[in-house]
Amino acid sequence: MKGSYDIMIVGIGGQGTILASNIIGEACILEGRTVRGAETHGMAQRGGSVESHVRIDGKFGPLIAPGTADLLIGFDLLEGLRYSHFLRPDGKIVLSERLVIPTSVYVQHLAIPSSEELVKQLSRFNLTLIKAEEIAKEAGSVLSSNVVMLGAASHQIPLDESSLIQAVQRLVPKKTIEINTRAFTMGRKVGPGC
Amino acid sequence: MDQRYLLGNEAIALACLESPVGFVSGYPGTPSSEVIEIIVAHPDRSSYVEWSVNEKVAFENALAAAWCGVRSLVTMKHVGLNVAADPLMTSAYTGVTGGFVIMSADDPFAHSSQNEQDSRMYAKFAKIPCLDPSTLQEAHDMVRDAFALSEALGLPVLFRPTTRICHSKSNVTVGPVLPYSGKGEFHKDPRQYVVIPAHTRILHRKLNEKQPAVRKRISESGYNQYHFRGKRAIIASGIAAAYVQEIIPPDVSFMKIGAYPIDEEWLAGFVRKHQEVLVVEELFPVVEEVVREVAGTVTIFGKKSGHAPYEGELSPESVARIMESCGFSPAVHYSSVQPAPDLPPRPPILCAGCMHRPVFYAIKKVFRDGIYPSDIGCYTLGLQLGAVDTTICMGASITVGSGFSHAGEERDIVATIGDSTFLHTGIPGLLNAVYNGANMTLVILDNRTTAMTGHQPNPNTGCTACGGLSPQISLEALCRACGVAHVEVVDPYDLVMLTAALKTAKSFPGVTVVIAKQPCVITARRAGVRRGKYRVDPDTCTGCGTCIKFGCPAIEQRDEKAWINDLCSGCAVCAQLCPAAAIGREVSR
Repeated sequence: MKGSYDIMIVGIGGQGTILASNIIGEACILEGRTVRGAETHGMAQRGGSVESHVRIDGKFGPLIAPGTADLLIGFDLLEGLRYSHFLRPDGKIVLSERLVIPTSVYVQHLAIPSSEELVKQLSRFNLTLIKAEEIAKEAGSVLSSNVVMLGAASHQIPLDESSLIQAVQRLVPKKTIEINTRAFTMGRKVGPGC
Repeated sequence: MDQRYLLGNEAIALACLESPVGFVSGYPGTPSSEVIEIIVAHPDRSSYVEWSVNEKVAFENALAAAWCGVRSLVTMKHVGLNVAADPLMTSAYTGVTGGFVIMSADDPFAHSSQNEQDSRMYAKFAKIPCLDPSTLQEAHDMVRDAFALSEALGLPVLFRPTTRICHSKSNVTVGPVLPYSGKGEFHKDPRQYVVIPAHTRILHRKLNEKQPAVRKRISESGYNQYHFRGKRAIIASGIAAAYVQEIIPPDVSFMKIGAYPIDEEWLAGFVRKHQEVLVVEELFPVVEEVVREVAGTVTIFGKKSGHAPYEGELSPESVARIMESCGFSPAVHYSSVQPAPDLPPRPPILCAGCMHRPVFYAIKKVFRDGIYPSDIGCYTLGLQLGAVDTTICMGASITVGSGFSHAGEERDIVATIGDSTFLHTGIPGLLNAVYNGANMTLVILDNRTTAMTGHQPNPNTGCTACGGLSPQISLEALCRACGVAHVEVVDPYDLVMLTAALKTAKSFPGVTVVIAKQPCVITARRAGVRRGKYRVDPDTCTGCGTCIKFGCPAIEQRDEKAWINDLCSGCAVCAQLCPAAAIGREVSR
């Protein structure tokens, strides 16, 4: 039995996966718990596929082994599917409905993936889709989509809601604290397990 | 004492400020770059900090500070240490008075590097201590202690984190940042600092005589530890030690190596208490070789027995497989799972509106059958556009180009290099190409920053690491001073002028230079530059695909026609490309 709760946060460089994982890490600090994380930095961020590993109560290495993650939070349908093998068979996926077609698809004339097909391929998992961008816009800024997603997944995360909200408020830019707090709460309302 | 959730490089930077460090220099390189950025930005920093022009320059500056008794740090990625290898090797002879820490960040799996070399070998080669952390807390504590270790031994200390340390996160206990109030003072001693043969022979002997003290001090440091639990043992180093600790069975002994050189007697005492020992480490078998030397009749598993790989990075599941392959049943079994098949890849890509894209496009048009040596930077992504034929190391676009020219290659040679890389090690190559009469065109992609590693400033930016203004250098004047007769500066967003400049450069013999100049689209956006967005008129668009092939992430294909998304930065290059004149500036009504 592993001693940590392991979360993968995946998306496209620039979508805010690192901020989302930092919020979870900060919430662990607030609760006095150990935590490990690993993320993509450098050129890979230039519009490429990115992954953050976060291990709540982790005491050893930062990497989550494929087949063992408890929760996958995805900011893009295609990226959600790309990393789905990291989940344990009964793991949960909380996934944004957004789909950005990679430029390589157009340039190399590959088959354009459709949202329906991608969702169908994920049907063997416990999957919840979130209209993250719509909710974020309603909260005040489309840039808060990552915090909406975190809110939506928060019922699954073994951390107190108050710690997560406090972590959001500590880490987002000052003038966006209100928007992001709203984004988290609105996300939490539509997430699985609420 | 404060508990914080930190990036590895943040923990390393804070440890330097706690020491406290007095002098910091470096050249950006993933995964090392954030250390200097975090030190610079810290409100309580009192140390001198510079981004240097290259790693050799950075190293020598920091070495001089350490000769003045100042605690000094130099940071770079592993391949940067090749550039700084010349001063490294002899700095062990001269020694230091102020603590001198060389951070060389390794990149197993080459996440963002051209090779997978192992900096621990450099420490062995130079006969200096090496610290190799397995956790972020250890990275922090090692760096905090490394300055004192360096001072005690009078030697530079190599600190070697890997990508999975630098770019991992963890709760880390940090101490207070201390003010640095020292002032460097150099005490002349030619027998120590002038390495003429008569002096250096003696210095080399003294370095060798220091080695037993180095081993003793490393043993006392506590970074190499073991737990005796049974007849079989696993010895692991670096991040691999963390993976092993998670899955090691309770009846298997464990040794963690975090500091070099390893005391062989101490190691032999542990190894010989076992029947079988598995060594788990990334890249070179540095630990394994020493273990085998002292093993006697003990069976050793590792790279040399074919159980562990020499290349790539390790992971929890690969360590479990290695253990299984030599009969050490891991406490956790990972089932083998396969990723979803046939998904379209999403590699990193040049940004929408990046100035490099039109340059590569125009080069391929003008020099249709050319050879395109390139260099290290975002623009290496020009590979996707078919405009990068070679990349080997910093500055090598120009030298590979001139080498092709002298080797008898008759096709046009067009080298591409960024401004930071040109200043790093490009200038000697250009000087050499002109001096020896090469035939080639050099295109300098001048976006006034070191973009790939996170927009660190360079002498072409006009400001220093700490934000002070610096004299604006002229790349054009630099090229002319190297003897280049034809130099032209052009705006890469102006396809007509860009194409004309490349054609003119092509028409002259010898070395010609075109400087394509536009700010990096990311820095421009951060500085508030907003150009209008462009859109496709669906009635005029013929669906010919010319703009799609250009490969801009702002251009999508919808219903057989082009469509421009929100990523558009308004560079207007696609509008110039479109044969149907279907792309125009968005007009708000």
